[in-house]
Amino acid sequence: MKIFNPNSIELTKYLFYTGKGGVGKTSAACATAVTLADQGKKVLLISTDPASNLQDVFSTPLDNKGVVIKEVPNLIVANLDPIQAAAEYRESVISPYRGKLPEAILNNMEEQLSGSCTVEIAAFNEFSKFITDGKTQSDYDYILFDTAPTGHTLRMLQLPSAWSNFISQSTHGASCLGQLSGLQSQKEMYKKAVDTLADAALTTLMLVSRPEITPLLEAQRASKELSEIGVKNQILLLNGVLMAYDDKVSESLFKKQQKSLVRIPADLKLLETYYIPLRAYNITGMDNVRSLLVKDNYSVSSEMLHTKNVPHLKEIVEELYKSNKKVIFTMGKGGVGKTTIAAAIALGLAAKGKKVHLTTTDPAAHLQYVMNETTGITMSHIDEKVELEKYKDEILTKARLTMSEDDVAYVEEDLQSPCTQEIAVFRAFAEIVERADDQVVVIDTAPTGHTLLLLDSTESYHREVERSKGEIPESVRNLLPRLRNSAETEVIIVTLAEATPVYEALRLEEDLQRAGIAVKWWVINASMYATNTTNRMLSAKASNEIEWINKVDTHTNGKFGVIEWSGEDIKDEKLRELLA
Amino acid sequence: MKNLSIYDPAMCCPTGMCGVGIDLEFLRVATALYTLKRNGVEVHRYNLSSTPEEFVKSKVVNDYINQNGADILPLTVLDNVVVLTKRYPTNEEIASMLGVSSSILANQPKALNIISK
Repeated sequence: MKIFNPNSIELTKYLFYTGKGGVGKTSAACATAVTLADQGKKVLLISTDPASNLQDVFSTPLDNKGVVIKEVPNLIVANLDPIQAAAEYRESVISPYRGKLPEAILNNMEEQLSGSCTVEIAAFNEFSKFITDGKTQSDYDYILFDTAPTGHTLRMLQLPSAWSNFISQSTHGASCLGQLSGLQSQKEMYKKAVDTLADAALTTLMLVSRPEITPLLEAQRASKELSEIGVKNQILLLNGVLMAYDDKVSESLFKKQQKSLVRIPADLKLLETYYIPLRAYNITGMDNVRSLLVKDNYSVSSEMLHTKNVPHLKEIVEELYKSNKKVIFTMGKGGVGKTTIAAAIALGLAAKGKKVHLTTTDPAAHLQYVMNETTGITMSHIDEKVELEKYKDEILTKARLTMSEDDVAYVEEDLQSPCTQEIAVFRAFAEIVERADDQVVVIDTAPTGHTLLLLDSTESYHREVERSKGEIPESVRNLLPRLRNSAETEVIIVTLAEATPVYEALRLEEDLQRAGIAVKWWVINASMYATNTTNRMLSAKASNEIEWINKVDTHTNGKFGVIEWSGEDIKDEKLRELLA
Repeated sequence: MKNLSIYDPAMCCPTGMCGVGIDLEFLRVATALYTLKRNGVEVHRYNLSSTPEEFVKSKVVNDYINQNGADILPLTVLDNVVVLTKRYPTNEEIASMLGVSSSILANQPKALNIISK
């Protein structure tokens, strides 16, 4: 295994960074981009993550067209916010009709174009433009995509083939893509985008992982799924490898990492592999981005912790129990430990005699790695594929009541639409929350970007419900009012004591508030500060956490908990220790 | 040949399947028009969200919605005259508007009846 140095590797023109959230895709992509640009190469770095943090890394406001980074003249950075892209698309569709159609009709059109489908399509459209544009291709030596967390990435990358099929097979013309019919003409562009992705001479998939079991399994999944759709040129990048140890905590971290490296899944072992050493600083600001691949800076922060009493997870569970919360979400960017916290809360409430249901909407489904079902707790996972089949069945059964088999085939074809999957998952989500009637439901949500889109579709479907003449399941009608009822619902934000996760959590909270959902508690997970390490690098890392713990303290008015980093996998019995 | 056009409110798709529930009325209309098409009879159908230009292009339709608002949709227009508002024509109405035999639409074999156990 060699250290990652972009200058000594022959790289393809297009580089896609993927991996579980929080493994350092952004850091790795930024460091690669800056290193290549510093060598005089023209580099374009593009983020397609709805929860992107590139603007934090470069301390520069970004847009979807590309902004020159002043410290690195050869580097252009663009941020494709799919929500914004959808808004722009919506405006381009509607503006020609202002003044020509009544206001109510324009509003109606706008509402229809506000669904999650529009967001997905608009995002993909933007993304394809960059991949297929000839000028972009000739202007830059390297084009890097800091992609969204894995589940989202996979969906996004799989869309070209799914939609190309959908567009060409839709023999009846209008379909769910109807609202985006303008995009059908770009079928060629989508095909070209897919072809480029699958071309090993042009594209490399950079699978980023931490040297830890769960992200490695995730990387394996991504590797397999992407190679199935033709993206076979892959490199494994292990980020944050500890090189030496000198105290209990650093020894524990070192051993944990080495153990996971020995157990790298077989398929991944075949890949060309590089590592990036663990650094004592957060990857924000140009100096740190520049030195990530080169050297460490032991900058010890002198900041002191403001609070004397840092609350514990136990106290949060106690309050959830006393206030009799029925629906509890743990939210935050992927990799911060939402699954662990959700599982610990479920255990804590079950121990107090509550009947608890624990579920995940995370496409990566880590629940099975964390705990087994125990007394008082039932578990489930919302599987998108399964939900889609269930929903299709339901519709087709209904259609068969009034339609000939030929026409049922027509309906079946329309059900191939990407919208259908969104709806199916949404309904499953609603059904789980409905269970809160007779038990406590703890939901470990998907990574941030996905969560936002899911909530956004909750919101737009809610508006749809008010207007639609279709038959709306009770569970769907009850969902949003229930989520907004703070007497019943609690959202717990999970983050890490680092710049990027805290910024992301703040943005997530804002988005939730916009949807009318209140957040009270924050949990800071995997805190190195809380371990009292004496290792030089880890204690420098720990001292840099204080600033962020204080920030969370102030922001939440002391309604937060800190969980210390642990060298052991937190599952089963270890989960109970979190509550001790 | 009579010229029949249906102007839909803004919908995701002609079957209305993109909502959170399924409306059988949308399915019926989509199916009826598809059946007619297979029999060589074309009925135009315009969805406000995908083809808003059609709602401006047709003066009759544009005047009508500017006077009456969005709530009157769906509109049925026969030879440039608005003949029905706020609901879809029944299969019988469609047949009589077009002057075709209603049996084309009425005598569809029901899938329910042909499912063998």
